[in-house]
Amino acid sequence: MSPRLRRWKSDAVSALTLLSALIVICPLLLIFGFLLVKGASALNLDFFTHLPKPVGEPGGGVANAIVGSLIMIGLAMCVGLPVGIAGGVYLAESRDRRLPWVVRFIADVLNGVPSIVVGIFAYTVVVLPMRRFSALAGGLALGFILIPIVLRTTEEMVRLVPNALREAGLGLGIERWKVTVRIVMPAARAGILTGVMVAVARIAGETAPLLFTALGNRFWHQGLDQPIAALPLQIYAYAIAPYDDWHRQAWAGALVLITLVFLASLAARMATRGRTIAR
Amino acid sequence: MSASSSRVGAADAPLPSARMARGAGGGLGDRLFAASLRGAAWIVVLLAAGLVAALVWESKEAIGRFGLAFLYQSHWDPVTGQFGALPFVFGTIVSSILALLIAVPLSLGAAIFLAELAPGWVRPPIAFLIEMLAAVPSVVYGLWGIFVLVPWLRDWVQPALGAWLGFLPLFQGPPYGIGMLAAGVILAIMIVPYITSVSREVLLAVPGSQREAALGLGATRWETTRIAVLRYGRSGLVGAILLGLGRALGETMAVTMVIGNRPEVSLSLFAPGYTMASVIANEFTEATSELYVAALVEIGLLLLLVTIGVNGLARLLVWSVGGPTRGERE
Repeated sequence: MSPRLRRWKSDAVSALTLLSALIVICPLLLIFGFLLVKGASALNLDFFTHLPKPVGEPGGGVANAIVGSLIMIGLAMCVGLPVGIAGGVYLAESRDRRLPWVVRFIADVLNGVPSIVVGIFAYTVVVLPMRRFSALAGGLALGFILIPIVLRTTEEMVRLVPNALREAGLGLGIERWKVTVRIVMPAARAGILTGVMVAVARIAGETAPLLFTALGNRFWHQGLDQPIAALPLQIYAYAIAPYDDWHRQAWAGALVLITLVFLASLAARMATRGRTIAR
Repeated sequence: MSASSSRVGAADAPLPSARMARGAGGGLGDRLFAASLRGAAWIVVLLAAGLVAALVWESKEAIGRFGLAFLYQSHWDPVTGQFGALPFVFGTIVSSILALLIAVPLSLGAAIFLAELAPGWVRPPIAFLIEMLAAVPSVVYGLWGIFVLVPWLRDWVQPALGAWLGFLPLFQGPPYGIGMLAAGVILAIMIVPYITSVSREVLLAVPGSQREAALGLGATRWETTRIAVLRYGRSGLVGAILLGLGRALGETMAVTMVIGNRPEVSLSLFAPGYTMASVIANEFTEATSELYVAALVEIGLLLLLVTIGVNGLARLLVWSVGGPTRGERE
């Protein structure tokens, strides 16, 4: 091949890769455009403060679903954060030989387990024994999904803390656990927070694991042992229903949900600038 | 914490004593602390084991009743208690393959652009947009799929495909919009960001000396990428694609909303289908008999085992290029 042909081929392939990068971001712009146009027109104060109206009555809101989502995210954090953060610190700080490798591998595999399967798990361990759908079951399912994400980011962030800090602490005669808790973890705080925000962004939008754990509810929450509404569930119910007004509400709900998710992702990004989020 | 400090941190020679020693040594506080951290790690292991065990336990009735026939029987009738998962397995495989066919070339192209060819200033914004795409919840993709993608496929894409390629059985039948094609396209959109960002990291983990050697021999930029970078990162790229496949196999909401949910095996991509994840999503709360629930849980178990296999393999392949953690990378 002549040099000119080779150079031409190189330029042509470069152009193709540019084209694929552009095609890849196209859907994002399209999805955002539609969410803004269709969602914003259905948004009003009622949407954030009212309960859903019965079929046929226009208006109403999804306030209960927003509250329900927040409650379950809170539950998930109570369940998932201690295990995720402690496990992550273990992976980064431990000198054990086999267990860290196994845990790391399992966490990455769990991260890829379909969320609906996690829903079945929560159904078998919470819903069946309690004999009812509940906020507790939904929160547990979300907490399960949260653990591997928090675990892996915590590990990476704790690992980034320079060893000089550990050595300085140990050199002063401070006990190891105090070095970890008082020196290493504060140094990695921003990074750990990033992991938490990434995980929250992910579970806030999860729908599948809530279908048969939280179930959904048309009213305000009535206790953790009762079915509870969630924003993604409400969007799903509205989207597949045959009513135009509900479709409008679905778009509005999606706009609210995606705004929340992006704010969380953005906060995560701000906490550790220059590092990539998704893994 | 910046990328540069990460390099400094990794370059520090870790003193073995600086991190927690194994078990022995230290006071009571140290030993308690180490034990509780190890306990948290064991909880992760036990959760994974519990997940598999719970699904096996709940599906035992269906496993015992149907055995292997569950996989190749296509009759799904809750009324008579006949359960065969073939239509769902078929739908999951076809929609995932379709998604990979669309997503892989685009993702690899975008990853090569981002890691190798793009000028420095365009990389962060495009990488950021792709990460945002990964953060969009599934149900939002589904909503967009129902009201934007499906009408577009029905009115434009499917008639055109039918006119030009209608002689193939793949593109025959009435253009409903909803169906296997819509599921494949929405899945492709959803897995592109995963494949792109993991491939990009794999490419970035390829040592610079590889590129310099090829460039020094007079290779053009594309030749450098092809010979020195892609070949070096090959296994990691396969891993990235498998990660995307794992997502596609288990994706639930968006697919359920656009695939049509009809348990049929049809050659045409225009026809409605059903996937393993969507049948669980749709029928779990309505399952009245124990056998019905057990059959659905068994589908979930199959899904779990397949995704564990795919993801496990993917992780090993990705790790083979970059190492399991960034901190351990050169």
